[in-house]
Amino acid sequence: MAAAAPSQEELRGLYRELILDHARNPRNFGKLAEPSHLAEGINPLCGDKLKVYLQLKEDGQIADASFEGSGCAISVASASLLTEAVIGMTKDDAVGFFSAVINSLTGTEGVKNFDLGKLAALQGVREFPARVKCATLAWHALNAAIHDDQQTATTE
Amino acid sequence: MSEQEPRIAELHAAQPGDRRADFPALDQQINGHSLVYLDSAASSQAPTAVIDAVASYQQNDHANVHRGVHTLSHRATEAYEGARDLVKSFVNASTRSEVVFTRGTTEAINLVAQSFCRPVLKPGDRIVITHLEHHSNIVPWQQVCEQTGAELLVASIDEKGQINIAELIGMLDERVRILAIAHVSNALGSILPVRELVEKAHSLDIPVLIDGAQAVPHMPVDVLDLDCDFYAFSGHKMFGPTGIGVLYGKEARLESMPPWQGGGDMILEVSFDGTTYNELPYKFEAGTPNISGAIGLGAAVRYLQGIGMDVIARHEQEILDYMTSELNKVDGMRLIGTADEKASVQSFLLDDIHPHDLGTILDHQGVAIRTGHHCAMPVMNRFGIPGTARASLALYNNRDDIDRLVESLNAARKIFS
Repeated sequence: MAAAAPSQEELRGLYRELILDHARNPRNFGKLAEPSHLAEGINPLCGDKLKVYLQLKEDGQIADASFEGSGCAISVASASLLTEAVIGMTKDDAVGFFSAVINSLTGTEGVKNFDLGKLAALQGVREFPARVKCATLAWHALNAAIHDDQQTATTE
Repeated sequence: MSEQEPRIAELHAAQPGDRRADFPALDQQINGHSLVYLDSAASSQAPTAVIDAVASYQQNDHANVHRGVHTLSHRATEAYEGARDLVKSFVNASTRSEVVFTRGTTEAINLVAQSFCRPVLKPGDRIVITHLEHHSNIVPWQQVCEQTGAELLVASIDEKGQINIAELIGMLDERVRILAIAHVSNALGSILPVRELVEKAHSLDIPVLIDGAQAVPHMPVDVLDLDCDFYAFSGHKMFGPTGIGVLYGKEARLESMPPWQGGGDMILEVSFDGTTYNELPYKFEAGTPNISGAIGLGAAVRYLQGIGMDVIARHEQEILDYMTSELNKVDGMRLIGTADEKASVQSFLLDDIHPHDLGTILDHQGVAIRTGHHCAMPVMNRFGIPGTARASLALYNNRDDIDRLVESLNAARKIFS
């Protein structure tokens, strides 16, 4: 009963080189010295826990962003990519980007005319329904942070 | 024991460690691979005997129990109570009135916490548990402590995942109202020396509850021999349906306890002046019970008795030993839970691959394992890890399953290399 060779193609769609790179070497990892906004995201199912820190300028531009916490490759890579993507955005753009990313990962509606950039690499999770929450965790935390929602964001 | 040897050998030969054919769910392809099910500690698959018993009841015999004079009600009652008799013999209870059907282990423990402990607990009293308990043997005690001002003491575990016996025994004194311990750890597989601990606790008049959810499917359990006061277990971890479980309680203990929930079936007479409660075990079975669940559980007991729990224990030990040695050959492997006495479960970490990533990669190869904290977060904190991957065995697993597990782990290492 030898196992057939695992079809690694589909898995490669999930664990792309970019994802693995960000999981191994997360960018903007750690606390911000003086965050103006922060929120924690918890996935109660698996215990993943991430904190997203933002430094907003008075005009609403995100001057800096970082995260810390632990989780699987997907949730860490997603958080890492998030911080890269939102630095320099206005707060309103970031909220719009949050919606676009969530839609693109959950497949609730097509994302048109929206350049997800590197974030498109996360779309592999669409083939793995059990892992979508891993990819969206940091984004829910980002949204909560921007809205100054004191409550911990969860994926539930 | 020597007289049993030929029987064990014969059964091994007759079914070379493989009862897969009895379990239809195991015969399927997952992501293009034949299913390797290594998650029985979370929930086991059901044999045809159980599926048929439930279906036959639903098709032919369904009615409410303990109520009607009509034929179907009689049949349903016979089947439901017949299941109780099967469970009684399975765990060797003294009388059928000691077998209370519950929703599962969790409800059984809550029942004891609320009905046996809560009425008598006061500030200064203590409840003792261990660090390796499942949340269902932690939270009910935390709740009853909050409600009464009693204190919860937790005996620690060592690096191998074994409880520190001396420390636990040192906690036992006249302030302790109950000792509540797992028989087998769901996250680590450690077997606790429950018999010795019951004896020690009883020498100080301390009652003992054993969470047997992870023991009953894997080894012979004799509650009379253990002499425990309460023993809780679940149907769906022993090849029965979900939503049914058992609280065994010594008759005198159960007699002394007030009903936990009120409703139909648990009464003899109801008026607005007062209500007389039914006798055991019905006093603790308010409302229409899970009749089909109990019947399925009865069928599971019959199935297990047909093989013999000693045979099953022997088979699983052999597969567990093989799994442990094969996992140890995988580079980057760290086994979590290496107690000297173990059953059916192996938790592990591979390199720095997060357990959820492992779970996804293994599932992609048809191998089902559990990943995460296993409802035992304190255990994970003890080892300073967020979770583990866990392969857990049942009577239907064989060496091929372990080989597939190891192959898929090596494939995971390639993806993450």
